[in-house]
Amino acid sequence: MSENVINLFQWLIFLGVAFTSILTSLLVITRKNPIHSALCLVLTFLCVAVLYLLLRSQFIAIIQVVVYAGAIVMLIVFVLMLLDLEEELRSGLKLLYSKVIGGVLAVLFLFGIFYAVIATPLTGKTGPYTPDHLTNNVRVVGEVLFTQYLFPFEIASILLVAAIVGAVVLSKKTR
Amino acid sequence: MVIPAVPPVLYLILSGILFTVGMIGAITRRNAIIVFMSIEMMLNAVNLTFITCARFLQTMDGVLFAFFVMVVAAAEAAVGLAIFVLLYRSRETINVDEINLLKW
Repeated sequence: MSENVINLFQWLIFLGVAFTSILTSLLVITRKNPIHSALCLVLTFLCVAVLYLLLRSQFIAIIQVVVYAGAIVMLIVFVLMLLDLEEELRSGLKLLYSKVIGGVLAVLFLFGIFYAVIATPLTGKTGPYTPDHLTNNVRVVGEVLFTQYLFPFEIASILLVAAIVGAVVLSKKTR
Repeated sequence: MVIPAVPPVLYLILSGILFTVGMIGAITRRNAIIVFMSIEMMLNAVNLTFITCARFLQTMDGVLFAFFVMVVAAAEAAVGLAIFVLLYRSRETINVDEINLLKW
């Protein structure tokens, strides 16, 4: 009985969040004002964070909110406000046929994804991390990150330093 | 009556829809920052696929891959937006149709 209640709530949350995320992602690519697009993008990222919670990876959900919805979108909004884009750039409704061709290709690609997902079930050797094991998700993530994935972690730190230096050098005013 | 849990296929389909919407945005919009946002959305959809597979195959590798994808996305955001600022400073536009030279 309690299983039923849990699954019912999971379905309700999943359907609500799925429809909200699709709606807001469509808003991102259709709004004329880039600031509105950025704010809809925040909502999309938050919906995906809720999906991560449903999939029981709390660590990634928190990182999603902090890094994506917080830092990256804030950076995008900063740059949008720095650039002061004029009206004609906002609309940009010329070159209609290329948009139609691109959209049709993308929808065909979507059908390809549907076929691949539905035709082949998710098979593979299951690992040791059952949902009961994941109640302290951050600890498990940390254990794997600092043992098995230690070298990629160090590479990632070097990549971030390089990105910081690159951004500073690029946006410096005087050469 | 037993209600089944949400199957992984639905998560994967949702991820595919988000990826396709991001792709349409990246193909059809002309504002470089909106193209950039669409690319971030595509990265997010891929992350959702990673997490779904990690959850239903009960492994940790997908979660770590999503973590590294986020690291790369953050680095890309910093450098990419700096490039946009630089482009705007020298060309007064970030319309991707008008940016067609590597050197000027």
